[in-house]
Amino acid sequence: MKRIFEDRRTALLLLAPALLVYTLVMLVPVVWSLGYTLLDGNAVAGFQYTGFDNFARLADDPKVWQAFTFTLKYAVVITTGQVLLGYVLAVFYVFVLRRSGSVVRTLTFFPVVLPTVAVALLFQKMFEIAPQNGLVNSVLNALGMGSVDWFGSAGTAFFVLALMDIWRSMGFYAVLLYTGLLDIPEEVLESARMDGASGWRLVRQIVLPLSLPVLVSSLIFSINGTLKVFDSVLALTNGGPGLGTTPLTLYMFQTSFSFGDYGYGSTIALLLTLVCLVVTLAVFRSARRDVNA
Amino acid sequence: MTTLTAGATAAPARPAPRRRPSPRTAGRTLVRRSLIGLLLLVEVGPLLWLLLGSLKSQRDWLDNPTWSLPTSLQWGNYAEAWTTGNIAQYLQNSLVAVLPSLAMIIAFGVAAGFALEVLVWKGRGPVLLLFLAGIMVPGQMILLPLFNTYFRAGLTGTLWPLILTYTATGLPLTVFMMATYFRAVPREVFEAATLDGASVVRAFFSVAVPMVKNAIVTVGLVQFFFIWNDLLIALTFTTDSSLRTVQVGLLNFTGEFGATQYGPLFAAICINVLGLLAIYLFLNQRIMAGLTSGAVKG
Repeated sequence: MKRIFEDRRTALLLLAPALLVYTLVMLVPVVWSLGYTLLDGNAVAGFQYTGFDNFARLADDPKVWQAFTFTLKYAVVITTGQVLLGYVLAVFYVFVLRRSGSVVRTLTFFPVVLPTVAVALLFQKMFEIAPQNGLVNSVLNALGMGSVDWFGSAGTAFFVLALMDIWRSMGFYAVLLYTGLLDIPEEVLESARMDGASGWRLVRQIVLPLSLPVLVSSLIFSINGTLKVFDSVLALTNGGPGLGTTPLTLYMFQTSFSFGDYGYGSTIALLLTLVCLVVTLAVFRSARRDVNA
Repeated sequence: MTTLTAGATAAPARPAPRRRPSPRTAGRTLVRRSLIGLLLLVEVGPLLWLLLGSLKSQRDWLDNPTWSLPTSLQWGNYAEAWTTGNIAQYLQNSLVAVLPSLAMIIAFGVAAGFALEVLVWKGRGPVLLLFLAGIMVPGQMILLPLFNTYFRAGLTGTLWPLILTYTATGLPLTVFMMATYFRAVPREVFEAATLDGASVVRAFFSVAVPMVKNAIVTVGLVQFFFIWNDLLIALTFTTDSSLRTVQVGLLNFTGEFGATQYGPLFAAICINVLGLLAIYLFLNQRIMAGLTSGAVKG
């Protein structure tokens, strides 16, 4: 019976369009981009072979290391915030709202589908100081406090960025973790309650260990996304002030398109890809160990 | 947490029988309500401010504190955003780029998922892994060679670069999700179809595709949001301002007027948000399930 499905020609036929587009528009460019790291120049002006100059430049470029550090800082802070707040919300959904909270869950999820640009412009205007005090500053003024120049320093700009990205994604992690929490058998919770566990102790000793697998996949998903952050930074702060909120993705983009430096841009892109690869593998491996233990 | 109070004596009888609310449960209800209120204020508040802002006049914006209500409703802001702000043009560009990409992603992705999961042939494991690897690769890694290629092929100045790139970047997750859905269908279903003498291709179209119809809608929604909200690819390949997608247009919106016109800007953001809200109102359960199922792959 199996033999009819061992049809290589049909398999190839069905696979061909996807494989063709994927190979030509993704796989070939990835390899091609590796080749660019050995060149200097761009599409319009032409290229020159420069050997490993780009890598030497990368090692000595303080801006790249600033962007690299920012990428890691952003990934750690946002991942922690997203997953932690998502988890708190999920516990809230399960134990306080019970199954009746469908409307609340749906409303809280809505910002997830909104375009980053729209959300970023909204937050920009909320925290604006000039030419017009934004919502936050005018509330501060009304309370008798002075306006804060939120986008004037790297620290406060990062704060707004973190607030925005956690705001728009916590509903997502809440629903993701909520479905994981629903998988915990009611009998297990019931017998723990009969043994006298309640509130915080119930969460820490029963719920947390049992929801570890879905917690781990949330972390992996979040890290993988936050390392590649681009849209929200570009639209909210454009990396500023100075390079204060510039991650590797944006630094690569500016190097390549504002300065027309494809060779060096590709080298930064390679660094970014390696970071994603190493971090994903590391999280994945340590997570495997934890879950199996 | 009402079952907790009754837990010691009547634990198995759940839900707890309704009694007259004691002061304690009344307090709990109050805490519960205020927590819900706080959550909704945080999530929905900014969006309400956006909606109100889109109806204020420029004078309103400049003369009164930004938290005040509009003194008169300026529906004209929407017309302004639509025409002077070019939002109509940008929306059209977005649709022209997104719809063909979406159609190709689904057609190619479903066929590939079937070929990789249901059909048995040597090398299907490695090919699936090859697709999976694409989920991790950042967009920055492919932008420069593509820019060069599209430039040389004379595609710059059209929306083709967007359509091609969206199709390719959408495939990895789609192939992976479709393979997962096909894995859940019992093999006997496909075997029964071929028993009647149908070829594998026929079985694919008349049995497999209808069986995963719901999954196709889910995957389509997920990809729609990814592509519609994309900025990186759209920003790179829309060198001509008449080709801007709605996100790129929004980013450059102030430039159309010279100085920030708050009302029209907020109206433009609102148009973008309200369009998605309309889709969300009808399909929210499916969107939530779809987007989160794309994440559980660890």
